[in-house]
Amino acid sequence: MTTADLFLDALSLRAGYNSALVTVGAGLLGVAAGGAGAFVFLRKRALVSDAITHATLPGVALAFIVMAALGGDGRWLPGLIFGSAVSAAIGLIVVEWIAARTRLGEDAAIGAVLSVFFGLGIVLLTVIQTMSQGKQAGLDGFLLGSTSGMLAGEAVLIAAAGGVAVALVVALRRPMTMVAFDPEHAATVGIDVRRTDLAMMGLALIVTVIGLKIVGLILIVALLIIPPVTARFWTDRVDRLILISAGAGGLASYSGAAFSAAARDVPTGPVIVLFAFALFVLSLALSPLRGVLASALRHRRFQHRVHLRQGLLAMARGEAIYDRLTLRILRRRGLIRRDGVATREGRGAAGRAQLDETRWATARRLRADDPVLERYDGLTPIDDVLTSDQVEHLDSLLPKPEST
Amino acid sequence: MSPDPQIELVADQGRTLTTDQSSCPLEVRGLTVSYGEKPAVFSVDARFPSASMTAIVGPNGAGKSTFLKGTLGIVPLLAGDVRFFGLPFKQVRADVAYVPQRASVDWDFPARVIDVVIMGLYREVGLFRFAGTRQSARAMDCLDRVGMQDFADRQIGQLSGGQQQRVFLARALAQDAELYLLDEPFAGVDAATEHAIVSVLKQLKADGKTVVCVHHDLSTVIAYFDRALLINMRKQAEGSVAEAFTPETLQATYGGRLAESQIDELRLGLA
Repeated sequence: MTTADLFLDALSLRAGYNSALVTVGAGLLGVAAGGAGAFVFLRKRALVSDAITHATLPGVALAFIVMAALGGDGRWLPGLIFGSAVSAAIGLIVVEWIAARTRLGEDAAIGAVLSVFFGLGIVLLTVIQTMSQGKQAGLDGFLLGSTSGMLAGEAVLIAAAGGVAVALVVALRRPMTMVAFDPEHAATVGIDVRRTDLAMMGLALIVTVIGLKIVGLILIVALLIIPPVTARFWTDRVDRLILISAGAGGLASYSGAAFSAAARDVPTGPVIVLFAFALFVLSLALSPLRGVLASALRHRRFQHRVHLRQGLLAMARGEAIYDRLTLRILRRRGLIRRDGVATREGRGAAGRAQLDETRWATARRLRADDPVLERYDGLTPIDDVLTSDQVEHLDSLLPKPEST
Repeated sequence: MSPDPQIELVADQGRTLTTDQSSCPLEVRGLTVSYGEKPAVFSVDARFPSASMTAIVGPNGAGKSTFLKGTLGIVPLLAGDVRFFGLPFKQVRADVAYVPQRASVDWDFPARVIDVVIMGLYREVGLFRFAGTRQSARAMDCLDRVGMQDFADRQIGQLSGGQQQRVFLARALAQDAELYLLDEPFAGVDAATEHAIVSVLKQLKADGKTVVCVHHDLSTVIAYFDRALLINMRKQAEGSVAEAFTPETLQATYGGRLAESQIDELRLGLA
């Protein structure tokens, strides 16, 4: 069987019970990460979440050492998750304390906490390698994620915690949205901003610790951040942003875990991140709302409308046109001949453009403070803004240069 | 236990209203706020009577916005006592609406105009429920009052500065409060917006509501407001515009920073 066949099997959950369990668990983790990440992104806390994810490492290592010293299995997942949560929480508290109580900025606090905690964790991992008990093999899988040899109980734990995170996102979406948009106003209507922020970081923490096994602590922050920025390309509404973000996170994790199961030697975390990145690039390029292609097209269309209008007005005034883009647009529409002389259609269109301009000018002079006329942009025909009766009335007021 | 005679619980709205309408909407004693070791507002006493419209005036950096944020507890108080309708702010939140400076938020936030106004209905919609048609209708009504009903579905980032300010005012109107505190509502807005905001505020006052604005444009104080509070870290003057907003008090508040010509202009406006 080729890798592609294995990948398809894994995607359709036919690659064995264990692989199916891991794939579904990863999908749920991705949904939770995308949902929680939406708020982290809106509150502009991506870097803080990076600090707390790295701050999990010493907790993982210490939990292993303690469990092994007590004679148990050092790799017991609930114990490791508890340890990582405690040390990540300490990291978060230290960041907030430095930012609030010293003259250092949050960026400096994040940099310091991230590197110190991670460094401590690596030292402890090295210590663990020299230990004789506790089955340390595979502990470094927490760095980049590894799903091989994952137990069914672990997958269920991850899925259950993911479900809790999703429920929290649904429950807290309104206060979190209000705090993210305008914390001062949110405070005055009675939302406890500090506790809401704490709940949001708590959510990020839950996602981090349950993602340790699958995505790994170095890359889990990508699963918090890439899905919401992907979703931002598709919508201007918070509720949809959360849904799309959760969907993108779920899709990337599900298919990433399936691929990793098919191609045995590839670590799960990086694959999931690359799948998420692929969705991001597709959105960046193709979204009709904020995508690069769509905005380039919109800009071009707008530029053409401006050139067309300028060209027609110049023709109406009998001025020579030198701009090559303007000439090309007029020629392509059959408004001028190759030698630059106006065709019959061209003269008609130029006359209409000139009439529209005169109507606008008169209307704006007569009713200077009418908000409707604020829509003048030199391109919108006045018929779009005023009713035909109003335009008729306007025409009766126009100066008639030809007849006098 | 007999209920507190000062307070009546309005069951259908689930919020507390003071029945004692004679109590002052906002009364501040000795309010002091400090950033680091440098006080921004020092021991200011002020009263804002019912159905009045007050301008808080003073030079840049004089602590006008800080004073407003201090009353609402957005910045911590070093000292002072603040009473809304005779009670601490926490007990009368529903009766107080705050309009922050427009520049204090990121307008690229993914929200439509109507979404922002519905945020003003937070206490009604509650923590877990979705906003329904009744809330949307109320929000539309508030947009209508500021002349923004045609923009309900626009992304907020597409609005002009003046339109953004009107959306903020609509969000405050949705709170249906008794006291409105606005931070520089006229800063950097177009003439049409200024006109729209002033008429909404004057209507609020006519309906018996109380309005307090941090205001920077000295030339419009007399036309828009009936009371003035002059601050330059300390209170310099307080009272009706005729008493408190005089060339002498302005000179005291602004020091040498007002040109003679500006003072003369204001003297003419007062006469």
